[in-house]
Amino acid sequence: MSTDVTAKSPAPAPPGGSGPAAGTGLLGLVLAGLRRNMRQYGMLIALGLIVVLFAIWTDGDLLLPRNVSNLVLQNSYILILAIGMMLVIIAGHIDLSVGSLTAFVGAFAAVLTVQHGVAWPVAMVLCLVVGAVAGSVQGYLIAYLGIPSFIVTLAGMLLFRGLTEILLKGQTLGPFPDGLQKLGNGFLPEAGPHTNYHNLTLLLGLVLIAAVVWQEFRDRRRQQEFSLDVLPVRLFLLKLTALVAAVLVLTLLLASYKGAPIVLIILGALVVGYGYIMRNAVFGRHIYAIGGNLPAAKLSGVKDKKVTFYVFLNMGVLAALAGMVVAARLNAASPKAGVNFELEAIASSFIGGASMSGGVGTVLGAIIGGLVLGVLNNGMNLLSVGTDWQQVIKGLALLVAVGFDVWNKRKSGS
Amino acid sequence: MAGPVLEMRSIVKTFPGVKALSDVTLTVRQGEVHAICGENGAGKSTLMKVLSGVHPYGSYEGDVLFESETCRFKDIRASEQHGIVIIHQELALVPHLSIAENLFLGNEHAARGLINWRETLRHATELLRRVGLAEHPETRVADIGVGKQQLVEIAKALSKQVKLLILDEPTAALNDEDSDKLLDLILELKNQGITSIIISHKLNEIRKVADSVTIIRDGRSIETLDVKAPETTEERIIAGMVGRDLDHRFPERSPHQPEEGAAPALEIRGWTVFHPIDQQRKVVDDVSLTVRRGEIVGIAGLMGAGRTELAMSVFGRTYGRYAGGTVLKDGTEIRTKTVAEAIGHGIAYVTEDRKHYGLNLIDSINRNISLTALGKVAKRGVVDEHEERQVAEGFRKSMNIKAPTVFEPVGKLSGGNQQKVVLSKWIFAGPDVLILDEPTRGIDVGAKYEIYTVIDQLAAQGKAVVFISSELPELLGMCDRIYTMAAGRLTGEVPRAEATQEVLMRHMTKDKEVTR
Repeated sequence: MSTDVTAKSPAPAPPGGSGPAAGTGLLGLVLAGLRRNMRQYGMLIALGLIVVLFAIWTDGDLLLPRNVSNLVLQNSYILILAIGMMLVIIAGHIDLSVGSLTAFVGAFAAVLTVQHGVAWPVAMVLCLVVGAVAGSVQGYLIAYLGIPSFIVTLAGMLLFRGLTEILLKGQTLGPFPDGLQKLGNGFLPEAGPHTNYHNLTLLLGLVLIAAVVWQEFRDRRRQQEFSLDVLPVRLFLLKLTALVAAVLVLTLLLASYKGAPIVLIILGALVVGYGYIMRNAVFGRHIYAIGGNLPAAKLSGVKDKKVTFYVFLNMGVLAALAGMVVAARLNAASPKAGVNFELEAIASSFIGGASMSGGVGTVLGAIIGGLVLGVLNNGMNLLSVGTDWQQVIKGLALLVAVGFDVWNKRKSGS
Repeated sequence: MAGPVLEMRSIVKTFPGVKALSDVTLTVRQGEVHAICGENGAGKSTLMKVLSGVHPYGSYEGDVLFESETCRFKDIRASEQHGIVIIHQELALVPHLSIAENLFLGNEHAARGLINWRETLRHATELLRRVGLAEHPETRVADIGVGKQQLVEIAKALSKQVKLLILDEPTAALNDEDSDKLLDLILELKNQGITSIIISHKLNEIRKVADSVTIIRDGRSIETLDVKAPETTEERIIAGMVGRDLDHRFPERSPHQPEEGAAPALEIRGWTVFHPIDQQRKVVDDVSLTVRRGEIVGIAGLMGAGRTELAMSVFGRTYGRYAGGTVLKDGTEIRTKTVAEAIGHGIAYVTEDRKHYGLNLIDSINRNISLTALGKVAKRGVVDEHEERQVAEGFRKSMNIKAPTVFEPVGKLSGGNQQKVVLSKWIFAGPDVLILDEPTRGIDVGAKYEIYTVIDQLAAQGKAVVFISSELPELLGMCDRIYTMAAGRLTGEVPRAEATQEVLMRHMTKDKEVTR
């Protein structure tokens, strides 16, 4: 589902003007497009390579429908966190508290539903509110009192971890009511006649494909309407085919197992929604502006404090969502949940093209970065590589990704 | 005069896709001050990078001969060992270290890894005396002004036994007094036998210190002129730089006829602002002024006169601590406590420091232009990217912004083109009053003319323009009226007809000692 937004990702530099630079052939056009968006496509290609490599090494086990489904469930919460973290990093900040906050929210959900028997939909809403409050307190301290985000969220990391243990009295608490469990492990319900595939998932996939095609054509027509340069027809069709194929493959894979996981649908909605906000909403633009050059943004009338505040509030809400997903998946709240999640989310953002100094990055990039780590995790598990070596390899992956980016920038920069 | 100390022959330097230098020949004689002139992007900085080893030997074509030997520098260190030292426009000092520590950074007086402080201080004191800087060598660099920092850079160069000193726009950030001091120092060093190359936009400086000037245009050396020769006038140098005669440095404009009875577009009354840190110091002191629609009003003043501080504090209180005064727009009092309020009332402030306060350098042209008025290309909080792109394309054409597409990051543009982007951004905001702070600083002659034309058009459309500038000729050429400021106070108001450089300078230096 996340592939849907690939449709939008290259748009920060729609081809035009310098387009004809690299020859006339289709390959030339593709290469020219790649070169202009090295940052965007570089990681996508790397992700593709990693997938292919592990698929070969695991004799295809990686791409078995069951494993793909698993992969999504395993990584969903990191991906949710990575979306929020990307916004924080683009705004020029960092959030170290999200791992602890997910644990705290999970514990809170357990206390509500297991100990006090609160209905699960009510508990979910309350959890999101708790996340929003936690995020906004941190956001207030950072934006309005000017305490560096590193300090505030480092304090938050310790604080929420402590509160989690207090709340759970050091014990693991579970199991959750069915409704909440679905958030972590549930799939789209089956409906209609019996086929070899999951019907609703197929339907969803087809709707998605239609939406992608419609969106692409609308975009193209709008560009022509404003007499702007458009992608050459052949390249446009190639892009469209690739997109449709990607969605189709994922749909078939998922539909031949239990169908689309519920959390994937939530994640898809988040990616589309946040991708849209970051690219097209005034709020998103303002995040890029304050991260890119804060004084200039202030002098342009951007309400920097308000924007920073909302970025952290948003991070809190997403952390709460991730916290519920984790707890639901494990079917228990544990004081040790969410350890190092903040670091995984931060690593995903940087692998996906964020910059330490802010102002750069895309939501899709965060997802790609998260998937790189996720596929590495999953693939190495299938190959039964120990967690010791997994850490080493993930560390190297982060270094290589960012190193490549730096090298690439230097090459084109000077 | 003596023979050549430096010869650069037919230098060609290409970057992927761009030929930065296509054929430059430069000959500098022993002991002279040699100026290099050219529009931004002409290749001056690239040439100096070739000379100083930033672009190593082998990455360019042509020969560099220093003291009759072919140079094969692989980095800056190699060129410094030969006595060629370059001082960049942006100073390379560490603010939190002392002057002495900065002087010998990377070149410390040390034995077995430990610094010999006695020797360090002795040598530092000696070097500071040579450049005429009366500061203790243990003073932190952050605590001295930009002018003095520039002198520290030169002292640093002297510590490296410099034979050829290259200064890249050394006075760009300095006020007149500091500039004069620096130029005198260059002449003093010349007497001590040090050859200098000075890159500068300021023709009067070139006339003051240089012996000869080489003009570079579009990556080629056009000509070398003897500055002392009577036929080398400023107009002559400009003609060489732009490749055309520039009879008119300013667009022809008919003086503004004020409308009878109409209230001024902007009126400031009794504006007073304190320094943000030093709470006792009035940076702007009881300033009142008016600007009418269609009028260009200049504000002249020396460094520290309070012009930028006045403008920024009026524009959303973005500077200092407000202590009194009102702002009126078309005769009614308005609130300008935040930038958003100021913009909402149709006021725009175009900063003097476009890189730090004007642009998001890593973002594209179109997004920079739309930022202040995103609402104009957005519906219910959602930006229409196509419309945004079209707006930016419009400005790219009308403002003649030289860039392949509007998706180019503004950080990659030349200074003049960046300035055009900043102007576009504020014109797009659709203000009634534009406060332009040094709108032509650090940009080349050709782009300056284009910007003057834009300013003139804005006034012709009925906008009120406040023009802050340190260059008196441009104020005289453009403004209907000129206010002068000194030490935070308004010291004069001069109509176009009576304005001359001498009159303005007299007002600008008035009261300077009295108000303290």
